[in-house]
Amino acid sequence: MTATALKLIDVNKSFGSSKIINGVTLEVLSGERHAIIGPNGAGKSTLFNLISGFYPVNSGRIELKGRDITNLPSHQINRCGLSRSFQVTNIFPRMSVFENIRCALLWPMGYRYSFWHLCGRLKKVNEKAEELLAKINMADRRDIPAGLLAYADQRALEIGITIAGNADVILLDEPTAGMSKSETGRAVELIHSVTEDKTLIMVEHDMNVVFDLADRISVLVYGEILATDTPGSIRSNAQVQEAYLGKELA
Amino acid sequence: MNPIEKKSKFLSLWRRYGIWIGAAIIVCVLPLIFRSSFSRTMLSQMGIAIIFALSYNMLLGEGGLLSFGHAVFYGLGGFISIHGLKWVSDGVLPIPLELMPLVGGLGAVIFGLFFGWLATERAGTTFALISLGIGELIASSALMLPSFFGGEQGISANRMTGITLTGIKFSKQITVYYLIAFWTLVSAGLMYLLTQTPLGRMANAVRDNPERAPFVGYDTHRVRTFQYTLAAFFAGIAGGLLAVNYEIVTAETIGHIPSANVLMMTYIGGVGHFFGPVLGAVLVTFMQLSLANITHAWLLYFGLLFMGMVLWAPNGLAGLLMLHEPVWKAGLMKRLLPAYILAALPALVIFLGAMLLIEINYHLSLSIDPTAPLKLFKISFSAQSPLPWVVAIGLIIIGFLFFRRAARRVNQSWQEVTSEMKKGASG
Amino acid sequence: MLEYIVFSIINSLLFGMLLFMLSSGLTLIFSMMGVLNFAHASFFMLGAYFAFQISKFVGFWPALVIAPLIVGVLGALVERYGLRSVHKYGHVAELLFTVGLAYLIEEGVNLIWGRNSVSYKIPAILDFPLFTLFSTDLSAYRMFMLVISAGMFVVLFMVLTRTRVGMIIQAALTHPDGVSALGHNVPGVFMLVFGGGSALAGLAGVIGGNYLITEPSMAAHLGPIVFVVIVVGGMGSLTGAFIASLLLGAIQTFAVGIQVSLSDVLGLFGVSLKPSGLLKDFLRIQISHTGPILPYLFMVLMLILRPKGLMGKRES
Repeated sequence: MTATALKLIDVNKSFGSSKIINGVTLEVLSGERHAIIGPNGAGKSTLFNLISGFYPVNSGRIELKGRDITNLPSHQINRCGLSRSFQVTNIFPRMSVFENIRCALLWPMGYRYSFWHLCGRLKKVNEKAEELLAKINMADRRDIPAGLLAYADQRALEIGITIAGNADVILLDEPTAGMSKSETGRAVELIHSVTEDKTLIMVEHDMNVVFDLADRISVLVYGEILATDTPGSIRSNAQVQEAYLGKELA
Repeated sequence: MNPIEKKSKFLSLWRRYGIWIGAAIIVCVLPLIFRSSFSRTMLSQMGIAIIFALSYNMLLGEGGLLSFGHAVFYGLGGFISIHGLKWVSDGVLPIPLELMPLVGGLGAVIFGLFFGWLATERAGTTFALISLGIGELIASSALMLPSFFGGEQGISANRMTGITLTGIKFSKQITVYYLIAFWTLVSAGLMYLLTQTPLGRMANAVRDNPERAPFVGYDTHRVRTFQYTLAAFFAGIAGGLLAVNYEIVTAETIGHIPSANVLMMTYIGGVGHFFGPVLGAVLVTFMQLSLANITHAWLLYFGLLFMGMVLWAPNGLAGLLMLHEPVWKAGLMKRLLPAYILAALPALVIFLGAMLLIEINYHLSLSIDPTAPLKLFKISFSAQSPLPWVVAIGLIIIGFLFFRRAARRVNQSWQEVTSEMKKGASG
Repeated sequence: MLEYIVFSIINSLLFGMLLFMLSSGLTLIFSMMGVLNFAHASFFMLGAYFAFQISKFVGFWPALVIAPLIVGVLGALVERYGLRSVHKYGHVAELLFTVGLAYLIEEGVNLIWGRNSVSYKIPAILDFPLFTLFSTDLSAYRMFMLVISAGMFVVLFMVLTRTRVGMIIQAALTHPDGVSALGHNVPGVFMLVFGGGSALAGLAGVIGGNYLITEPSMAAHLGPIVFVVIVVGGMGSLTGAFIASLLLGAIQTFAVGIQVSLSDVLGLFGVSLKPSGLLKDFLRIQISHTGPILPYLFMVLMLILRPKGLMGKRES
């Protein structure tokens, strides 16, 4: 039996009197590529925020590789092996592309709050950063301040930062949002290659990307999971078609 | 290594360390050029201010933390050092004078850790207010704890304790200056190196994107706390040098005046570049010492300068200078200079008019005898007659009209230069 | 003892209301525009000085109306021509602009009215004891102050809950981003709020200036306390500011009458120490002298125990 990477057990979240997440139970298997789809306002970003510790849950449990991470602070969840990207690009704009990647490596490679090491001299860190830069095809732009990059490049960098740190559960929040067709194609290739031996959970609106990448799909509507299944079954699921897909493909 | 390799190695070393070597040379030579006691006092004060301002920029520029109470660590460092000096004189602690600032720094660190932990839970405006509250707390308690803070008179000590590493007596200002210069270079060097460490880089990251930082594994609160503590350390060193320099520390050192001063100094110099606070510290110290003797209104001028920077040059003097770096590299400075000179003249006229108005008003309301004639630039006139008012207002209006035209010319020149640089880059 | 308590309650109420007059305007501006107006207490000071100057010509009552209006207009102009142009540089620049403004206003006051306090007096018509309680007189002016500040709250409450502008402001308090999406004349509302908040501060200055001392450093003294109120009450919460104002007013007022020090307390338990130096100072501090540090001590305690403040909501 494959190990479970991430498990949500009856998670609930309300803001004031509006219930956004209503008893969500979900299990993502290790090494799986899992997509979460659903109409706008279904609560997908909220779900990500709950998993990554940005919001506290009202009730329920979240387990990462068997470990209870419910309501832990975000940095601890990250150190347990979960990393996420953001829907609105969230990089370090004033630092160079290279430095952005390097920042994501400092903690995983054990440098913590060191004020006695000089980053320029950390050979292993710098080598790994160069490797990652090459992986996301940004080696030629390594010294450009990240804030000045083109949008699609920023998204690529975002993914780069997310996978830099050896996290094995990766959450990608609408990674191809706002991209043209060719940019999306390149992004999908990138995502495919960098998540080869990891668990991927992504929120996406672009159905082509979803069917391209996902091993399984969960459909979130009004804070509840309508169905979790393989892409083919989801496609032909009448309930899902009515609630969501039908409107998309029509 | 063949000669070409040797040369490029030399050039790369020079590029890296050249500035520091140059600075060290300048710092050593300065008091030999400016020999008056006034100059040497001013240079000593500049050194202390540079360390203080650089430490402040660790918070504001590097960490994005606007603190209104940084003088707490400056003052505490000073008080700890001055008590240290007293203990050395009393024979309790055989600490050499040269290391006394370190004592101030280490003492300030303890408070830095405690207050930093409290204050940096939140960033932004909340942090600013908390820092203000902590600053006021310490400053207000100063008068209640006279054995440590010395009450109204402060605490005095003698720096010539006889216990030194170098054997120098430190009775003359120039020897104290060299001690200050040494610590200034060392502190600046260390603070620069800090910006290149994991903590320094993450402080920048947390500043730029506190949402993202936890997702590269960092607790933002701890990053800020450590940055705050280190900033307190260097502020404490500056305070320790203050104690050695003046041989007296009063409760004012820990209050809102030095806190406001260092904020303005650093901002005027420019928070976005490492050398910005150095510029600000030098300029503002110079202004404070020279202008305070000439005019009542120097605080007002200082405030106007600060306000001007906030409104029109938020990147400070350093920002303004570095704006011209690409222009300098492209060799196009001579295109901008004529427009600048053209704009400088009406700007000067406006300034003269404003200065006239300010000085007249100060004379009328604050001097002992308002009817006595006011003397500006060797011209004597009565502040109470309407003529100087008319002249002042006239200068401002005329200057403003010409300045507007000149400013348009400056804009034009910049546009020309920018398009030329773009052509050069792509061509 | 009862006398002490009753008068302390009245004085706490008075001081607390004054603090709330200042902190409410500040909270509204902060919630609406995300900028903390460091010069808010300076507008308070200007209200006092303008009232002093105007009442020298036409008396106190016209000054009561005119001075806050002038301060309000000044605030609106500051927003329109100053704050708005710095907005693009970010929150830090906005805050620093207001810091510079506070600095310049203090220097300006120094310049025009001199560095000493001015004799801004309570109007003669109100300068009589309203009634006598336990052999101490309660001045009519204090009643007047209570009435004005209470009236101000009622007006504020009505504006916030009954008018259209008030609705927008309320919305901005909880959903600041939504306001811009509403299509209302947001810059106009900003100017109104900033001007209105400043006018409130000015009004507080008019009635408070002759109760406290009107001098150039009054803004620097009162300002930090108002900020403590905001932090303790929870940034952006009007209710929190109200509770915190009264609380801080009470703490400071009651402390003044307590001539007790730690060593006295220890003595009660039969502990008699013979300390020296720092510890001696510490034990000898009388609570009545701790006035200046109490607000800040309270803030530090609050930070340790409940960092969000009493009713903390919005982070800048």
